[in-house]
Amino acid sequence: MTVAASPSPGAPLVDANSHHRGFLRRYIFSTDHKVIGLQFYFSTLIWFFVGGALALAVRWQLAWPWSEMPIVGRMLFAAEGGQISPEFYTMLVTMHATIMIFFVIIPILAGAFGNFLIPLMIGAEDMAFPTLNMFSYWFMWPAFACMTASFFVAGGAASAGWTSYPPLSVLHDAAPGSGPGQTLWLLGVVFIGIASMLGSLNYLTTIIQMRAPGMTMLRLPMTIWGLFITAILQAFALPVLTAASVMQLTDRLLGTGFYLSEAGGQPLLWQHLFWFYSHPAVYIMILPAMGMVSDIISCYARKPLFGYRPMVAAIIAIAGLGFIVWGHHMFMSGMNPAMGTTFMAATILIALPSAVKVFNWLGTLWGGRIEFTSAMLNALAFVSMFIIGGLSGIFMAATTVDIVIHDTYFIVGHLHYVLFGGSTFAVFAGTYHWFPKMFGRQMNEFWGKVHFLLTFLFFNGTFFTMHIIGMGGYPRRVAAATAYAEFARFEPLNVFMTICALGMGFTQLIFAANLFGSLIWGRRADRNPWRANTLEWTAPSPPPHGNFDFQPVAYRGPYEYSSPEVTADFYPQNQPPDAEPATAAAH
Amino acid sequence: MGKFWSLVFLSVPVLGVAVFVAAASWGYWFPQNVSAHGGQIDHLFMVILWLTGAVFLATEIVLAVSLWRFDGAKSPRARFSRGNMRIELGLAAVVGLLLVFITVYQLEDWAEAKIRQPDLPPTVEVNGRQFEWVMRYPGPNGELGDADDLFSPGDLHVPVDEDILVSLVSEDVLHSFYLPNLRIKQDAVPGMRIPVWFRATETGVFDLVCAELCGWGHYKMAGRLIVESRADYEAFLTRLEAEQNEDGFEEQQPTAANTSQRHPSVAEVVYRRAAR
Repeated sequence: MTVAASPSPGAPLVDANSHHRGFLRRYIFSTDHKVIGLQFYFSTLIWFFVGGALALAVRWQLAWPWSEMPIVGRMLFAAEGGQISPEFYTMLVTMHATIMIFFVIIPILAGAFGNFLIPLMIGAEDMAFPTLNMFSYWFMWPAFACMTASFFVAGGAASAGWTSYPPLSVLHDAAPGSGPGQTLWLLGVVFIGIASMLGSLNYLTTIIQMRAPGMTMLRLPMTIWGLFITAILQAFALPVLTAASVMQLTDRLLGTGFYLSEAGGQPLLWQHLFWFYSHPAVYIMILPAMGMVSDIISCYARKPLFGYRPMVAAIIAIAGLGFIVWGHHMFMSGMNPAMGTTFMAATILIALPSAVKVFNWLGTLWGGRIEFTSAMLNALAFVSMFIIGGLSGIFMAATTVDIVIHDTYFIVGHLHYVLFGGSTFAVFAGTYHWFPKMFGRQMNEFWGKVHFLLTFLFFNGTFFTMHIIGMGGYPRRVAAATAYAEFARFEPLNVFMTICALGMGFTQLIFAANLFGSLIWGRRADRNPWRANTLEWTAPSPPPHGNFDFQPVAYRGPYEYSSPEVTADFYPQNQPPDAEPATAAAH
Repeated sequence: MGKFWSLVFLSVPVLGVAVFVAAASWGYWFPQNVSAHGGQIDHLFMVILWLTGAVFLATEIVLAVSLWRFDGAKSPRARFSRGNMRIELGLAAVVGLLLVFITVYQLEDWAEAKIRQPDLPPTVEVNGRQFEWVMRYPGPNGELGDADDLFSPGDLHVPVDEDILVSLVSEDVLHSFYLPNLRIKQDAVPGMRIPVWFRATETGVFDLVCAELCGWGHYKMAGRLIVESRADYEAFLTRLEAEQNEDGFEEQQPTAANTSQRHPSVAEVVYRRAAR
């Protein structure tokens, strides 16, 4: 990409007509990537609340089996005397995971932050296909409707686990939720698949085609690299899940037998197809988070990202290996155990690029000038928790050790260290960091830190303990392990974990109050409150339709903090080499 | 505030180690092992625990020290450095070697546990179905899979100190045959017959757990593993045979027609109904 072919820097680019559209086109059926990003953000936030409430109900049952739930128990299960029934429990675990994965983590990272940040960070006025982008959000709504409706149909929502393994999920009479609830679940997954595919094609095209002059691929911020590789994963892996879900639908409704041995099919086929998507999905849920955290750590350490090129290479390696490791979910499934060794080798190899990433985050901090903002603390928590989640993965990747910890709480602990300790802390970090750009106001730092500290402590109390009971062999997805003599010794730990989980759940109310309160009462933010380098901080806060009031040009990489070439401790990507930053005088 | 946050992050490695030490000393550890191969699996777990524990401590402590030392409130300006490729490659080499070691070190045990099936006839067929385990032992003729087989739900009896070969099947949905004290886990899949082998080293009564979500009653799909002496095991089989043959109904000699045709499984019935 050449600088010469571009409009001259400083020329106004904002489309003057865009402000005259009606309310419906501007805020509801909007084609503006920022509005769509925020629509994703607030939708996923609502689902985060729902999924969290389901998790607390799960924890309630595990700590005090079959006891009456206070307050909400009478309202929800009046017929059972306020207790959670075993049918309801399997539905809770299924829908908690489904909602958190498909409606929260994936859409908040790719949908909300991806939409909001991609055009701003690469210096584009919008996505390549704004209308397609709008559809990618509105295709979420049929999925929302299906999942919501499934709670109210006969038999209740899907209860075959978020992995939806046949025959349990295919035979209508095998489980209460395997009736219409499971059909709606599959339809929901198909709609999400369509939404994400539309989004990922748009992201790929935008990042390849719409970068500002001078913004070469190796000047892209890590956030964009994370989202770019994520979009590739989605584009290639998601069609497999969508097709597999349609096959399960036809098994259920039209009498085909892809997954039923009695009809000539094979239950393991679903597991292969499901994990062919859902293992890359693990990286879809962590790579954008890794990118955001890299940008945030570099910004608040006031120091260039340590090893930019190895970081890019590591993301590509993780994604590439991510396609050939799905079988590690199936070591105990009846798959040929010799194949297990191949999947083990590939899986353990992923630890290598992951180690490079951790090392480089630590290298970025070392020698920095660290500012302990709420965004930075959450990003640091990501690093600290990802270390645990990454290392505990090695236990399960080792096939022989997996015999004892497969389907136990060890894996529940592991996955929550990656998805909550990793992705969710990154979402918090991203929210505190980009809130000023999203809304032109700043979030409250004091309450941000209180929220961080409590979440961090309660999170570790809840999930670190799971490794211990997992070592003890405690099985997952069991409504109460009271049938087994071996696991009775862990009951006190279950109570402890539930108390921590309740604490963690209620702590999120602080976050919600801070978020919505700051929308109204937050201190006004200027364009670049964090003195950051990337292009989004040169646009107004919040950016108008069309984003930039001048043509952004990238002269350098995104991490030139504390560069000896300038007196300020940052050197924005768009600053011509011979000028001091305009905002430097203010600080 | 840098010191405060540094200590918060330092609490992760400190409490992390403390939790494992406390768990070990208060009995929150592995289930008692009563199998010949289980000790080796526990050993592998501990090898990985020590290796990852060392990496965990090193990285978390470096993180906390960085926060303490490079607090923005007291350092003037960050050191400008874009990285160091040599350190990066050196690190990759060390980590790579460590990972290859972990992979190779446990291959042999995996082969013993899941690939090298012992050369002996199946001791027992274990059949998972919602929500119970049904065991099928060879009858007086010593062969499994014919008309004189003995059926018994709930308890799995095995003789101590002998190689046991379980033939694992399921007749409706997925289940998982999980013996925590024998370090055994294997999914049961409809349409597949999967071999599972072990050797129990102590007599006693242990849990047989279903480890794969199999429906609303999954939590109570509990069985028991009863490891007993050879004599007790044979006495059990004799007792079972007597129970099965002396139920007050005078049975006819099995014919070819009623031995070859097995009863349709629950899943087949359900499937036929669904497909109609």
